Amino acid sequence: MSYYAGIDVGSLSSDAVIVDAAGGIKGWAVTETGAHSTNAASAALDKALERAGLRPDQVAYTVATGYGRAAVPQAGKKVTEITCHALGAYTLFPEVGTVVDIGGQDSKVIRLGENGKVVDFVMNDKCAAGTGRFLEVMAAKLGVTLDDLGRLSLGAEGEVAISSVCTVFAESEVVSLVAKNQPIPQIIKGLHRAVVNRVAAMTGTTGVREQVIMSGGVAKNAGVVKLMAERLGVEISVPDEPQIVGALGAALLAAREDAV
Amino acid sequence: MSEDYKAMWQSLGLDLAAHDQLLEVLGQGYQDIFLSQQARPEGMEYFNFVMSEVHGLRIKELIDGQAEGKKVVGSFCVFVPEEIVRATGATLVGLCTGADFATEEVDKYLPRNTCALIKSAFGFKLGKVCPYLESADMIVGENTCDGKKKSYETLNDLVPNLYVMDLPQMHTKEGKALLAAEYDRFKKAMEELTGVEITAERLKEGIAIVNNRRAAMHRLYKLRASDPAPISGLDALLINQVAFYDDPVRFTGSVNKLCDELEKRIAQGEGATAKGAPRLLFSGCPMAVPNWKLPWVVESAGAVVVGEESCVGERGTRNLTEASGETVEELMTAIVDRYWKIDCAVFTPNPERPEHIKQMAADYKAQGVIHYGLQFCQPYAMEAIPVEKKVEEGDLPVLRIDTDYSMEDAEQLKTRVEAFLEMIA
Repeated sequence: MSYYAGIDVGSLSSDAVIVDAAGGIKGWAVTETGAHSTNAASAALDKALERAGLRPDQVAYTVATGYGRAAVPQAGKKVTEITCHALGAYTLFPEVGTVVDIGGQDSKVIRLGENGKVVDFVMNDKCAAGTGRFLEVMAAKLGVTLDDLGRLSLGAEGEVAISSVCTVFAESEVVSLVAKNQPIPQIIKGLHRAVVNRVAAMTGTTGVREQVIMSGGVAKNAGVVKLMAERLGVEISVPDEPQIVGALGAALLAAREDAV
Repeated sequence: MSEDYKAMWQSLGLDLAAHDQLLEVLGQGYQDIFLSQQARPEGMEYFNFVMSEVHGLRIKELIDGQAEGKKVVGSFCVFVPEEIVRATGATLVGLCTGADFATEEVDKYLPRNTCALIKSAFGFKLGKVCPYLESADMIVGENTCDGKKKSYETLNDLVPNLYVMDLPQMHTKEGKALLAAEYDRFKKAMEELTGVEITAERLKEGIAIVNNRRAAMHRLYKLRASDPAPISGLDALLINQVAFYDDPVRFTGSVNKLCDELEKRIAQGEGATAKGAPRLLFSGCPMAVPNWKLPWVVESAGAVVVGEESCVGERGTRNLTEASGETVEELMTAIVDRYWKIDCAVFTPNPERPEHIKQMAADYKAQGVIHYGLQFCQPYAMEAIPVEKKVEEGDLPVLRIDTDYSMEDAEQLKTRVEAFLEMIA
């Protein structure tokens, strides 16, 4: 039996997925990228292999994706995260029409055609405004953990308007809101709204076709997902492990590549 | 080359240390991006040479010409009617606008949200590193976009010889009359600068020189329709860029010689890239030397650029000037007619441009279009979305990219371009 690996080296997390020839997930891992992409890729792969109870030599082919894709020596092929997220989402949700992915330093909206093929995509420009990094910085400023953001914002009574998604400006805005004793859940909800507005604006030229899937680390934040669904006027489905969608797509491509 | 030309650069008032730095970066970039390419046509040797001497021998030629009374006119735009310049025996050169330079100085003169092209023109002036600008007898500014138009007011304080040409923005009868009046005023200004009276015979000579160069470029464009493409997009862009600096007659001969070689390559099924490589068309803002970032990203990803819908490309060279007129008036009318057809985004509305993009994509068998916008270039940014919609109606995918001259977004661009290639594969 042959196994296939997909490794997604992102700016904040490095993720790996192992699949069998039928595409079934045998193991996965989410690790921090830290300062060294190649090490992070290896660490993610090792952890996923360990969970799958497999040895490295049982992996027949590896595909790398994400910003650090060029720094993955194990990979036979490098494919962009756009194609990998689309394929991963399509496999998990065969009816998917749109993928909204908010990662550590970029966000993207991918529109899929009938058979899971990418028809169009939009990515944010240079800066990391309105991404996972933005929320990470704000959480630190508010003294809460990243994992608490969703729960806190869902319990908010009311909302504070945040006028900027620039991490630098929003941070000083948050400081002044804290100084005015604004309740933290309301500030968080305002920050989530800013992220959602920024990313939703990217659907403007691609349009949203249902079913809409959210992937990436920020999809674990139920507060953002709820606001995004309201903003787009659609229901949004989130995979059980939204951070491994890209790595899953890469692993499935590895299986295809080997079959050729 | 630096040792041989130091005295010349000094006499032009260049900042030698800064200029050395620029040449070093330029040389390294050229090495990494151009000379490292595989399967380049031999005819590119000439263009390598021109690039290696772009601030050296070519400037010496211009200065030697000036000693014999040949004036040098510098311009920033393909609306400046070259035929009129050539008719007086003067030379027209494009001015340096393709790299960031002296950016802190530029910030003292221009708002930060000015496009990289305008900032670059100022950077080369303020940093004292453009020998073309410094040797020019006349610099022609033209009222295309608001950024250029207003920045010329500031540039006017920095250079002693700025001539500003007004341009229409609508394709109406009145607009065309304005263009004709402005070309007439420019003709008089050129006569005054050179002391040469522009006769029908002289105009015909000017038209022939420029038309021959355009025809050679058209020949080159057509050859790029072959699969495999006989020449890389980078090299073709370079030739388009060199056209703005080089002696037109020598340049025309070199392009035609290169085309002879490319025809042989095509007959033998040889190419600069593998057969079946994804083929893309560029459309949008001009790419001036040494702005090679995007074609480099695209061709490093395994695709080949087969055409440039750009002022440094087909928008700038499309259509010959009708040369059959016998009087100065008839020939001037023919010149106006030719430039009137340039589908620059400063015109409103500008319906010809998406049609030209579709036509070029069909002619050169492009599978997708990359719309290249310079950040803060309003006219092309405004047109980008409607152009994308129009072009995609014809089932031709478009990737819109907004960038500048810095390399900080190179990785993001790579991801976008590679994803686009995966999408159209």
